[in-house]
Amino acid sequence: MMQIQQLQRALALETIGMSKNFGALQALADVSIKVAPGSFHALLGENGAGKSTLVKCIMGFYVPTSGAILLDGIEADLGTPARAAALGLGMVYQHFTLVPSLTGAENLVISRADVGAIIDWREETRRLDAFMATMPFEVPLNVPTGQLAAGQKQKLEILKQLYLGRRLLILDEPTSVLTPDEARSVLGLLRQMTRMGDLTVLMISHKFHEVTAFADEVSVLRKGSFVGSGRTAALTPAQMAAMMIGDARLAVMDHRASVAAGAEPALLVQGVTAPDKTGLKTISIAHVAVKPGEIVGIAGIAGNGQKEFLEILAGQREMSSGSICVHGAAYHATRLEARQRHVRFIPEEPLHNACAPKMTVAENLALRIFDTNAKGEKRVWLNQTRLTSHARRLVEDFNVKTTSLASPINTLSGGNVQRATLARELTGEVDLLIVANPCFGLDFSAVAEIRARIMAARNAGTAVLLVSEDLDELFELSDRILVMSGGEIVFETPIAAADVATIGAHMAGHH
Amino acid sequence: MSAPSAIGLWGVPLAMIGGAVRVSTPYIFVALGETITERSGRINLGQEGTLVFGAMIGYGVAIMTGSAWLGVAAACVCGGGFGLFHGWICSYPKVNDIAIGIAMMQLGVGLAIFFGKPFIQPAAPHLPAIPLGWWSAVPQIRVALDVNALFILGLALALFLNWAFRNTRYGLMLRVVGDSADAARAIGLNPDRLRLYATAIGGAMAGIGGAYLSLYYPGSWNEGISSGQGLMAVALVIFARWNPLGCFFAALLFGGAGALGAALQSVGVTQGYYLFYAAPYVLTLIIMIATSSRSHSLIGAPGELSITK
Repeated sequence: MMQIQQLQRALALETIGMSKNFGALQALADVSIKVAPGSFHALLGENGAGKSTLVKCIMGFYVPTSGAILLDGIEADLGTPARAAALGLGMVYQHFTLVPSLTGAENLVISRADVGAIIDWREETRRLDAFMATMPFEVPLNVPTGQLAAGQKQKLEILKQLYLGRRLLILDEPTSVLTPDEARSVLGLLRQMTRMGDLTVLMISHKFHEVTAFADEVSVLRKGSFVGSGRTAALTPAQMAAMMIGDARLAVMDHRASVAAGAEPALLVQGVTAPDKTGLKTISIAHVAVKPGEIVGIAGIAGNGQKEFLEILAGQREMSSGSICVHGAAYHATRLEARQRHVRFIPEEPLHNACAPKMTVAENLALRIFDTNAKGEKRVWLNQTRLTSHARRLVEDFNVKTTSLASPINTLSGGNVQRATLARELTGEVDLLIVANPCFGLDFSAVAEIRARIMAARNAGTAVLLVSEDLDELFELSDRILVMSGGEIVFETPIAAADVATIGAHMAGHH
Repeated sequence: MSAPSAIGLWGVPLAMIGGAVRVSTPYIFVALGETITERSGRINLGQEGTLVFGAMIGYGVAIMTGSAWLGVAAACVCGGGFGLFHGWICSYPKVNDIAIGIAMMQLGVGLAIFFGKPFIQPAAPHLPAIPLGWWSAVPQIRVALDVNALFILGLALALFLNWAFRNTRYGLMLRVVGDSADAARAIGLNPDRLRLYATAIGGAMAGIGGAYLSLYYPGSWNEGISSGQGLMAVALVIFARWNPLGCFFAALLFGGAGALGAALQSVGVTQGYYLFYAAPYVLTLIIMIATSSRSHSLIGAPGELSITK
């Protein structure tokens, strides 16, 4: 415990010629980066560029194939996570590692290596209070962490690392679950601590505005290799993006066609209420209308009822009251209604929510049409020739990279599963498309292509309801943005008048 | 025979309280053991088999050594062995704890019947009861307050566990492992090993519950000694929301329901009382229906439990 109270000097980190091979695959090739003590360093790179492999080598989860790590200029043996922790390295993951049913205090105490067999809570509470008094932010420690807001959880994750006496923190996309305000406050506090020389921060990110605003320096990885570094003040986002993607070409998005003003809404949700998944809170959607040829974006922090709303629209959750109309007639999300009214649905994590993971690519692509013939009439026997040619056409049209049509779909990369799902859902006549977090975890080229497809569908007259946790995505695609908080739509704005700060405040529940 | 008329219908609640204390003890042990196991993120349906095997081995050892307490110890050790076996198999990837539990249930019952044949006839020494009703002259009260030491041990265990889950390192570790295996690994805990221990302790406690059945109430060994207490205790844990004190009171409730038929019979109800022997099963069904929901997830459930995932 004593080492925590002492003022500590931030650690300097350097990797020299780090390489890591997984069998024949070289995930990391001769990467040398230098993180100055007391600096806020950003690590940029696409998915699969080797960022996670690099930090896992630093944290002792992987043993590098070759290369060395220097801490404060001395070669360090970081063979195991426990050794890395003992040397003062800590990591905050993208997903929370707090135990939801334990309180903040219990989470902090149990993460310590030297906790006694019987916990003296009076003594521990006194120590925690003393520790919290030295910290720049406060988090309630006596409630189960499952009840904390995402921002507070992330702060508690960071507090935990500091409580454990870490001198160098690695953060893996720490703001992906936070509102813009929360992100600013968390990153600002970390930056303040680095300035005071208490801490060195290495942050994995792909949000350029955060990197520009908070980081002192960046290092960029591409396809497992180090491609450059520099002071953020001297780099533009375009230059950083160029380093990350190299000479890959991104899909270009259509211009926005104008929305027909007097059009009847394709989707009309009125007065829908339903219990949420805990049964304690109620989802209550007073009014949502989506017209043909417009994209309505729904912003909100995960866990504010978006998931339940989508389940209601997909017919997976019963409503207590209210109505859903598609093209003016009541809609109950049956397979027949979806087919007749051309409603398509892309839930988040399509591999698990929209695909049968172990069935083949061809079978998954046929899920909408396998039981009908070309005229849309019901059939009992499958027409394999038709299904195969259908799948082949979709795979070509949407650039799905698969070794064969007979491969199980779960062998495809995330981007290709999303492309395949999009291919299935956007083929044929589509009047209403409901889509959730379509670009989560995908790389630049897949993101650009998928957003371009959605925009193209909109311009072709499809009504699109887009639920996303990514504000940049909503700003890029939406014609109108709604904000969901506490199970209700609390704010609505046309894109021309939309403002990140206002939307962020409503997401955080200040309305 | 003046006493029964002296207390009249008061005999029913009195007999039920006495019955609740007598019948609930195996529920308490199995449920507390299962709470430990489930709090670690595993479910062990094999508790029923462990209970029956514990009943047989406890009885057998008591006959051979002449000591009922040695029988309890043997049942405890064998139960721990069953738990270890379950935990060991489940530590392999892609093994389903529920399926293994069902297999273990069959194994435990089968082994108990196989090895228990010679013990059906001889009589074993019983566990002693503590006569807490010594102050009363009414025989019903004296009978109702004859409390077995294991019941008191069960109450003490429930209180201890309730405290230990919050105030000891192992208690917190168990909750961490049961709620999030990833979080557990992040702080350097080994979920499989902790679950192995938790399942072993759970099995040991089910073994004690079994020994109580054969060595105190009903107090003999036969193949049908358990009427599904091991399985109902698993349901009881869910009803009690994985809370040790909740388990204790839920066990008393189930015990009381189990004693209803006998209580009615004791006051001279001659018709239809046997229907009330089904009360614990009906109660299980009612509780499961009332506390389940199609649209809500369970609150308080350990996050790693396969039935709540």
